[in-house]
Amino acid sequence: MEWTVIVMQLFTGLSLGMLYVLLALGLSIIFGLLTVVNFAHGAMFMWGAYAGVATFAITGNFWLALLISPLVIGGYGLIVERGLIRPLYGRDINYPLLLTFGLQLIMIEIVRIFWGTSDQPFSAPPSLSNPIEIFGIFYFPSYRLFIIGITLVICLILWIFLEKTNLGLVIRAGTRDPLMVRALGIDMRRIWWLVFGIGSALAGIAGILAAPIRSVFPEMGIAMLVECFAVVVVGGMGSLKGAILSGIIMGEAISITTLFYPQMADIVIFLVMAIVLLIRPSGLFGKAGLLE
Amino acid sequence: MKETTIEGILEIKNQEARAQQHGWWQRLIEIVSRNPLVFIFIFFIIIPFIVPYKALATQIIIWGLFALGYNVCLGYTGMLSFGHAAYFGIGAYTAAIVLIRLWENIWFALFCGLLMGAVMAFILGYLCIKRRGIYFAMLTLAFAQLLYFIGFQWVDLTGGDNGLRNIPAVPLSIFGLSVDIYSPLRFYFFVLFFVALSLLAINLILQSPFGHVLQAVRENDQRAKSCGYETSNVRWLAFVISGAISGLAGGLYALYLHFVGIESLYWTTSGQVVMMTLLGGMGTFIGPFIGAGVFLYIEDTLSVITPNWMIFLGPVFVLCVLFFPAGIWGTIKDLATRRRKWGG
Repeated sequence: MEWTVIVMQLFTGLSLGMLYVLLALGLSIIFGLLTVVNFAHGAMFMWGAYAGVATFAITGNFWLALLISPLVIGGYGLIVERGLIRPLYGRDINYPLLLTFGLQLIMIEIVRIFWGTSDQPFSAPPSLSNPIEIFGIFYFPSYRLFIIGITLVICLILWIFLEKTNLGLVIRAGTRDPLMVRALGIDMRRIWWLVFGIGSALAGIAGILAAPIRSVFPEMGIAMLVECFAVVVVGGMGSLKGAILSGIIMGEAISITTLFYPQMADIVIFLVMAIVLLIRPSGLFGKAGLLE
Repeated sequence: MKETTIEGILEIKNQEARAQQHGWWQRLIEIVSRNPLVFIFIFFIIIPFIVPYKALATQIIIWGLFALGYNVCLGYTGMLSFGHAAYFGIGAYTAAIVLIRLWENIWFALFCGLLMGAVMAFILGYLCIKRRGIYFAMLTLAFAQLLYFIGFQWVDLTGGDNGLRNIPAVPLSIFGLSVDIYSPLRFYFFVLFFVALSLLAINLILQSPFGHVLQAVRENDQRAKSCGYETSNVRWLAFVISGAISGLAGGLYALYLHFVGIESLYWTTSGQVVMMTLLGGMGTFIGPFIGAGVFLYIEDTLSVITPNWMIFLGPVFVLCVLFFPAGIWGTIKDLATRRRKWGG
């Protein structure tokens, strides 16, 4: 096998890993602050893709779809937090999980009613559909490079937001000790509300980015959600560093396995998870005993 | 000494007065929740005659059995598992494969289903109980999905996407007599036999010292640990028991359908059992069966009208989590006891 094939597959793995990173970041940031596991995250990812499909069908503009999708899903996340999650604060940690599980069933069903169960066609814009020559050696689909690029930009923005702004400071403090932040006169509920919106928006943007390379159908979020659970378990829940590193590892693991032993491609992510659990039960960057 | 003080006497009189104010339904609920087993059996005898058709009753008690096994995990030990499809599915596939390939004996097939459910829960449980709380939920889901993919790929054994068809309708042999069990009512009572056995077994387990340790672990893990119990082993064992019952339910389901589909391993199966248990009332004996009954009855009624019946059941579940976390049976019981505390 030529080495260029392997390098190309590594790039493909990186672009897949980026989708995991976006979703795992959303899950992780919500969990880190609200201690809520958002089971509807996969469904929000799916809604992001359908929002993109709908916008594209109306306007015919991919870039507009890319902008509208996260806004719509982010706004939806704000409504969900206020209406459904907020009444559950202070109750057992399992209840938000059960609630969002029910919510995702409803979300999937709504899409089935409006779009049916079949795949929706959605393709990358013409400006991103040609392969790009890399180092003059091999060609790589430019859309996948675009995914890698835009995810890096989003990670950078998120990092600047969390590390350099006042609001980011409050969020980080809230992850450490919400009671203390409250004592300093900051309304944590508004912060939680905002963070749930941000996490949802990340799921929305992952959905629209994934739409051209994965098929768009009502259950598309489920497999993705389960894989993201594996990603956050490996990375350590609540750790953003862990989410990024583990997302990339999982993406690469899947794409390398696809190359050498395709039957194992669906399974490898869980095997990696099992191995990490055996060696480091709290994940790569997780703190042992955090919210167990 | 209560009787000697004036306050004590007044209190006793008060209690007596309140007792007389109880409505008949409150007393009924009290009696039912004191002797759950008796009433479950009465309920069992009645349901095949009140549901639209007998096969639905069979389905209700099979899923009720599954939910009962699941409840050992969620309700009594406090572990939220999203991966019980793995043990149900494994039980179903094992029973089917044994009947098709090894030995046409129903007892043996069901026993193998139960055993494989337990073995699988033993293996995966070892990995899952390393983490608790929400991690446990995510891990169980992930490993169940792993089994689903394996079942999907291993076409020679499982039939892959087509599932396993042509499971032979073997007559049941009891002490050398062979009995045909495939009329709807007979099959119902055949299933009921296993459900009753499992109920008695689980009742015995929960009443035993081990059962009390389970509930101690649910209420306060740290404290149970400081009392000298190895809590992770306790949880592991509870998980295995739960897996075994799920495996048995899976085996019965395979016999009921004469078919095992790949959906039996899919997350929807896990989700369904979570919904049933929560709707009915977790941590109660009667709850899982009520939950299974309500869920399947609604599904059966609505799926005639629309394929998107989940659009009705989903909100019911969400509202249940928001407002009635104790489930149907738990809420009824709460209502009955709360009235009494307020003096009617």
